[in-house]
Amino acid sequence: MNTNLPAERSREVEADPIANPGLPAHTWRPTDVDPHAERRAERQVALLFGLSAVCTLGFLVSYFALSIGEGGDTFLNLGASTVALGLFMSGAFLFMGIGVIQWARKLMSDQEITEERHAAASPQEDRDATLEALSAGLEESGIGRRSLVRNSLLGAMALIALPPIVLLRDLGPLPGDALTRTIWTRGMRIARDVLGTPIRPSDMEIGDLINAEPEAIFEVDDNGEHVIEGAELQVAKSKSAVVVVRMEPDEIIPGPGRENWSVAGIVAYSKICTHVGCPISLYERTTHHLLCPCHQSTFDLADAGKVIFGPAARALPQLPITVDDEGYLVARSDFTEPVGPSFWERDSE
Amino acid sequence: MVLLLLGLVISGSLYSLFAPAQAQEQQADEQLVAEGRELFLVGCAFCHGQNGEGVVTEDGESQLGPPLVGVGAAAVDFQVGTGRMPLTQPGAQAQRKTPLYTEEETAALAAYVASLGPGPSIPDASDYSTEGMSDEEREAAIVRGGQIFLTNCTACHNFAGHGGAMPQGGYAPKIRGVEPHYVYEAMLTGPQNMPVFSNGNLNPEAKRDVIAYLESLDETPEYGGFGMGALGPVSEGMFAWVLGIGSCVGAAIWIAAHTTRSKKDKVEA
Repeated sequence: MNTNLPAERSREVEADPIANPGLPAHTWRPTDVDPHAERRAERQVALLFGLSAVCTLGFLVSYFALSIGEGGDTFLNLGASTVALGLFMSGAFLFMGIGVIQWARKLMSDQEITEERHAAASPQEDRDATLEALSAGLEESGIGRRSLVRNSLLGAMALIALPPIVLLRDLGPLPGDALTRTIWTRGMRIARDVLGTPIRPSDMEIGDLINAEPEAIFEVDDNGEHVIEGAELQVAKSKSAVVVVRMEPDEIIPGPGRENWSVAGIVAYSKICTHVGCPISLYERTTHHLLCPCHQSTFDLADAGKVIFGPAARALPQLPITVDDEGYLVARSDFTEPVGPSFWERDSE
Repeated sequence: MVLLLLGLVISGSLYSLFAPAQAQEQQADEQLVAEGRELFLVGCAFCHGQNGEGVVTEDGESQLGPPLVGVGAAAVDFQVGTGRMPLTQPGAQAQRKTPLYTEEETAALAAYVASLGPGPSIPDASDYSTEGMSDEEREAAIVRGGQIFLTNCTACHNFAGHGGAMPQGGYAPKIRGVEPHYVYEAMLTGPQNMPVFSNGNLNPEAKRDVIAYLESLDETPEYGGFGMGALGPVSEGMFAWVLGIGSCVGAAIWIAAHTTRSKKDKVEA
């Protein structure tokens, strides 16, 4: 080797400053030196595998023996089948796992073995051969020389990305005015959700909360079939849900132009949060706050549904209400703004 | 003329038949109200005022105790009967605890507060009991009650009635295993921050159905295994990942760190 250079020479002086101490002397386990301990460990491992087998049999027996479903067997008020299957299955795996670990740690050889690392890269001749094959391929295809072929290929490849984007159009019809309109119309009665019964102002006491829907949701034709049904019903229901609450009339601060939107302290607001559209009905009677369980947006129903806390950016849309000839609560019109979360084309005014 | 005379005679004799009983009842009521007033002045008047008119703090901003005129006997029976009133200390929430008043004392307090102004009275067992219903009727009541519950109650009390957190340190309490008449009274009166579900809002049958649903939840065994407070898949997943997998990792580390070693040397055979 050439050791004329000054830097190399100085390094040579301390080639091995600290001697490799090597591995510490091997110590033996009780099972290595004591034949009794070894046989005991063997029996332990076999016992654990045996327990695993018993659990597997227990699993099979409880699968067939215990009844499930309504009126099935119970154990501590839990489904007996679920509990037994779970316990036996986990026992079968657990005992087998413990057995294998005991076997490995007590009986298998635990001699320390040293393995030298080798370089991660491939041998030099393999790398040269690969590069040679690649450049030969490029040369023979002539992709560098034939620019017409190359450019037309690139153009075709760019264009082939378009069909998947165009096919996105098939995801469904464009929303049209579905984002801005609900099925509330002038004079439509407000009905209790689930029950479908209309509400008189005198039904409600101060502090009452009614989860309500437009009456059209519950409308049935002569054959008892819903007029609105299927997916259409679900969409209509999810957009037009309202909460109706009654408070002291002098506690209400009506928004501008909303002076006649309430009836004797009864106000109706959209139930759909303006943040990401969760249904909200966590209502606090004394503070008139409506809280969204998803992200804690809080709206003040006494103050035009203003946001007083949380990530929602818009006040809760208010449904203008009045009473009809028969004295039931009805909507004055549809919501005057889109309900639910903001969207791209939404009028921000 | 004869008819009128007959009518007068009949109504007169009917009155003489029922009047004494009524008078006696009235007397008992008055006595109960008087007893209730005594108890009220000692135990409740400090916050609710000597005539139940409520006490407002000096700055007029907050209430020491709300007025009790018109809250009715049902509110007293709920608040005092579940131990929520009298409060141990002011705070975000009135806690359920062992009642301080006996049943007779609670009844007296309720009678007194009911005499302050008209309000909901204590419901009768016949209002919420499902006894005497056929199996189909009960099944229908449970199904209807479940829908009403999921629409009106789930938001705060959890879909399985296990309760949940509310703003400013409050919480909606667990309503499983609560006596039916307290559930009924809570709907009727809206304790603390709970909205009211008066009889005009949810009629007595709807309330009975909700109670039937809650009872059916209590009766149904948890076939799926431990419910973990019905907090939902996210918290159950967290439990499995953090505690389940965590304890597996801990066990693996423990196993690897412990092996018995012997000081003896191996004797080759």
